[in-house]
Amino acid sequence: MVKPLASIVSAGVSKFGVRDGLYGRELFAEAAKEAFVGCPNLNPKRDIEALFVGMMSDSYEHQAHVAPLYLDWIGLLPKPAFRTEGACASSSVAMRTALFAIASGMYNVVLVGGVEKMTHVSTTGVTEILAMASDFPFEQWHGISFPGIFAMMAVDHMHRYGTAEEQLAKVAVKNHEHGALNPKAHFQKRITVSEVLSSRPVAWPLKLYDCCPRSDGASCLVLTAPELARKFTDTPVDIIGSGQAQDTLSLFDRDNFSSMKVTRLAAEQAYSRAGVGPTDIDVAEVHDCFTIAEIIAYEDLGFCQPGKGGKLIDEGATYLGGRLPVNTSGGLKAKGHPVGATGTAQASEIYLQLTNQAGKRQVEGAEFGLTQNVGGSASTGIVHVYHRGD
Amino acid sequence: MNERVIVVSQGEKGSFNRDENGAILPTVENFYKFCVEKKLMGVRCKQCGTVLWPPRGICPKCSANEVEWTEFRGRGKLLTYTVIHFPPSQFQALAPYAVGVLKLDDGPQLPGMLRNVKLEDLRIGMNLQVDFETTVPKEWPRWPRYFFKPVD
Repeated sequence: MVKPLASIVSAGVSKFGVRDGLYGRELFAEAAKEAFVGCPNLNPKRDIEALFVGMMSDSYEHQAHVAPLYLDWIGLLPKPAFRTEGACASSSVAMRTALFAIASGMYNVVLVGGVEKMTHVSTTGVTEILAMASDFPFEQWHGISFPGIFAMMAVDHMHRYGTAEEQLAKVAVKNHEHGALNPKAHFQKRITVSEVLSSRPVAWPLKLYDCCPRSDGASCLVLTAPELARKFTDTPVDIIGSGQAQDTLSLFDRDNFSSMKVTRLAAEQAYSRAGVGPTDIDVAEVHDCFTIAEIIAYEDLGFCQPGKGGKLIDEGATYLGGRLPVNTSGGLKAKGHPVGATGTAQASEIYLQLTNQAGKRQVEGAEFGLTQNVGGSASTGIVHVYHRGD
Repeated sequence: MNERVIVVSQGEKGSFNRDENGAILPTVENFYKFCVEKKLMGVRCKQCGTVLWPPRGICPKCSANEVEWTEFRGRGKLLTYTVIHFPPSQFQALAPYAVGVLKLDDGPQLPGMLRNVKLEDLRIGMNLQVDFETTVPKEWPRWPRYFFKPVD
């Protein structure tokens, strides 16, 4: 087994959903508390040397400069704190930054996480804030919404490969089924294909139930240098691969709207560093902001051939109990998508799976895990590969 | 949207940002100022000849940093599209409306809104041409919008 980049020794996730009256600082403290309580050998004030936290937008809470604020609310002043932004991949960028800090030898124990508080803002308001991650002069200025960008990917995929709206709907149905097993998920209710297909149109062919909700939430991981992990836990999870790539901010200037180049490039880097391939992965969390994004993720991560993502969901391969369960947490679709929190929430789910703590949604004997997180219209793509530390 | 727009005044035409030699800078704003003159413009890298859109000063292909403006004929085919039913607030009056990506015969790909097309007639590969609004919005950044319509 390759030398890990870092080890996860604890993780925490707040309840996701509509969290009336709780704002970013309290949500982050809720996640941090779980991570601290879950690691009795950790003395946060003594051991944690730095905080890396991802958050997309200051607009939701009218609050900038959140790194010192969140640090303060988890009781870790005056440690250095860094805030990263990569739209919906903000906390995966924080993870990468934390990995650099550990690899450099600058720090040995760090907290990395993400936060977003969204539900107090109207749906229209949230749509407009999220749209800031698309290109202002050529997308926003022409009325192209964020769901519209992913809808154009879906139309291309349907035209190119014959992917059907029913197959997109099955992604939502699967992720709701998984979310029903996750007590922290925003939605814990099963839905049917016909409910998805008859939900109101947002941007054809995407309907309301093809879209993830706006959610409040926070998540975090305690990362250590690999050689120190056993000091804190007997069951660490090692991060053995990490990759990142960027693409144009806008969708229009790409060769292929049915694939996310950033995912393919980031996955190549992560698989190569980890010394494993897609067939080795036992459980994955992928970026299903819209159902089409999960279908495309299957293909770009090598879980199936290009164009076969619809067939993969038809076969049930990515359901719990299938050969490669995807989004056991419920994914962005059912667990919820507080955008800045998503990257480290995906990693937290893999941590639970690889330490056999995932309860009713446990993938038996899971050894290798993967997370894929994209920002904007896949202008940022980050993939991590994990191994049960044994 | 109509209540938000005003007629372009003569004074706004031609007020391009220029470099010290008087050449029109390859900027997004200057692209939209050409739209006032009903010209769809991009730039060409003086070193490798690559046509760049949107206009910019550094060629992503060869990294050279000298470009010259070039005018497009503005005809092409629809690569992909969607119909927006839940629009950003400033576009609410138009919904449902179609947006898409146009592959110009001139090379570049442009995103934009489709007008004068029945939603049920939308199809990938349909021939479209670029046209321009004759008014500019009142609010920042006051760029006149181009749009796509069926070929005359």
